[in-house]
Amino acid sequence: MKIAVCVKQVPDTWAEKKLRSDDSTLDREAADGVMNELDEYAVEEALKVQAAHGGEVIIVTMGPERAGETVRKALSMGADGAIHLVDDAFHGSDALATSYAIATVLAGRGFDLIFFGSESTDARMSVVPAMVAERLGMAQLTFAQKVDVMGTSVTIQRVTDYGFETVEASMPTVVSVVEKINEPRYPSFKGIMAAKKKPVETLSIADAGLDVSQLGLAAAWTVVEDFAARPPKVAGTVVTDDGDGGIKLADFLAAQKFI
Amino acid sequence: MSEVLVVVEHADGSVKKVTSELLTLARTMGEPSAVWIGPGYSDAAAAVLGEFGAAKVYVADGAQYIDHPVAPRAEVLASLVADQSPSAVLIASSADGKETAGRLAIKINSGVITDAIGISAEGIATQSVFGGSTVVHSKVTKGTPIFTVRPNSTPPVPAAVTTTRVDVSVPISEVAMKAKVTGRTVAQKDGRPDLSEAAIVVSGGRGVGAPEGFAVIEALADSLGAAVGASRAATDAGWYPHQYQVGQTGKTVSPQLYMANGISGAIQHRAGMQTSKTIVVVNKDPEAPLFELADFGVVGDLFKVVPQLTEEIKKRA
Ligand SMILES: Cc1cc2nc3c(=O)[nH]c(=O)nc-3n(C[C@H](O)[C@H](O)[C@H](O)COP(=O)(O)OP(=O)(O)OC[C@H]3O[C@@H](n4cnc5c(N)ncnc54)[C@H](O)[C@@H]3O)c2cc1C
Ligand SMILES: Nc1ncnc2c1ncn2[C@@H]1O[C@H](COP(=O)(O)O)[C@@H](O)[C@H]1O
Repeated sequence: MKIAVCVKQVPDTWAEKKLRSDDSTLDREAADGVMNELDEYAVEEALKVQAAHGGEVIIVTMGPERAGETVRKALSMGADGAIHLVDDAFHGSDALATSYAIATVLAGRGFDLIFFGSESTDARMSVVPAMVAERLGMAQLTFAQKVDVMGTSVTIQRVTDYGFETVEASMPTVVSVVEKINEPRYPSFKGIMAAKKKPVETLSIADAGLDVSQLGLAAAWTVVEDFAARPPKVAGTVVTDDGDGGIKLADFLAAQKFI
Repeated sequence: MSEVLVVVEHADGSVKKVTSELLTLARTMGEPSAVWIGPGYSDAAAAVLGEFGAAKVYVADGAQYIDHPVAPRAEVLASLVADQSPSAVLIASSADGKETAGRLAIKINSGVITDAIGISAEGIATQSVFGGSTVVHSKVTKGTPIFTVRPNSTPPVPAAVTTTRVDVSVPISEVAMKAKVTGRTVAQKDGRPDLSEAAIVVSGGRGVGAPEGFAVIEALADSLGAAVGASRAATDAGWYPHQYQVGQTGKTVSPQLYMANGISGAIQHRAGMQTSKTIVVVNKDPEAPLFELADFGVVGDLFKVVPQLTEEIKKRA
């Protein structure tokens, strides 16, 4: 079985995120980069499927040079190899462009399962997996809290507003996962050492056969007009309960006309 | 005036509140037409859509829309966009809504903006990003703009019109039916308002300590007519069902009032509640990071503070 996992490097979860004043894109230099948390769950799930059914796990990322750190982390966890799309002209790509680049490199490589996290912590769009599925003419099994592979069929539990749905499709298919699915492993020392020898295919826009006019800031389907930092929230009142905390809270709610 | 398509969110045949918000917003951008996808369209549904200004309701009825997630809905919308050339498409920012928007964007080669909290008549969307720290204005520059809009961002205002039903039948491709729903587990409804749409949300976290602990949270919620929410620590422990989780991987809520009890305020929890208008925090640890967001906080034991508050609310009612 051939399994791909799409992972994204994002600013550290706890770092303050900012837009650049020159071109209104995310300032990726301002904070340490980490693997998007939900993508760790995707890597873990791919490794579990591999452990049960065999095959190989290939990491796919599009991002600047330093996203190589995230690739190495995924390889340290146990993935077999990686494809890293790097090109200055990717800068400013939106979801449509990202899905175009990812779908193009995935196409024709014979992947049976393509894993994603269900959301990136920086863009927070939750659209790239559906877009890649659309571009590849594949089924999407998204927001999975459980994945079962049986023969050529994949069944997931899709988290919904009211509970969950059981959804089934034949391979090849796109799968995105939520954090309930597993507990991602930490890379072991052995894993970290082994990762250094694993193959990473680094592709530029030209290498990947991509059309540069569909990529980057100038080609984006959306444009930021302006942005502004919201003034930090004025600190509220905090009281210590001396036996009347609930009453003070009721006074506050009454003053705000909630009761 | 140009036509703006509003995709109806419905459950068990009834129109969700977010749809009246989207219709209200669409009226400032053009002339709203509603799009009902799935079975269960009724006179009652038509009445609600008409009340908020939908002169036309496109109805794509059929079981295929619930038997196969997302992809068939995008096909209906793509066909409507091709036939009607609307000036924009508005969809609620639910998980399904965003994915439908994503697939539609590829089909019609159009830009998509997710999680808008407002859209101007000129089609400029307002988003609140990075945990509410930055406000961004952006617009779609290619194709027919697609927006997903957060619930609770526009107060619904009626503007009644008579609705006309327009049936649409779109042949659904084999590709769109590749994923098939084979089962559905619907958690028990609790009779409280819908979490994403509620004006007040009362949440409990690890501090609630046990499933039974949620009784005090529910009692407070009921005294206020509120929805109940939970942190991941509480849902993972099995104290409260998963679909009530608020946060990055749970629901995003933006109520008038959010009350967090025994929740520390991890970044993933904040991601789902940070844009609430008023935030109240009860936590016995004065260092809990969520106090940074509190308009009013009480440092204390929730098992003392919350029941006292509930009593006081009942007394004052
Ligand atoms: C990929 C990923 C996605 C995630 N998604 C979400 C998400 O969607 N939603 C979410 O909530 N979390 C999410 N998390 C988890 C998040 O990081 C935190 O672990 C979680 O929010 C903690 O929940 P908590 O605040 O209830 O628990 P804790 O952090 O343990 O805090 C409990 C608080 O209760 C207080 N307390 C204890 N007893 C009492 C008492 N008697 N009275 C008053 N206060 C008391 C304590 O002082 C403490 O501050 C996610 C994590 C990851 C990695
Ligand atoms: N630049 C990228 N490279 C690889 N995968 C990505 C990239 N951007 C997004 N993804 C994948 O798409 C998922 C959803 O991202 P988003 O739609 O941005 O919320 C992520 O969890 C990743 O699995």
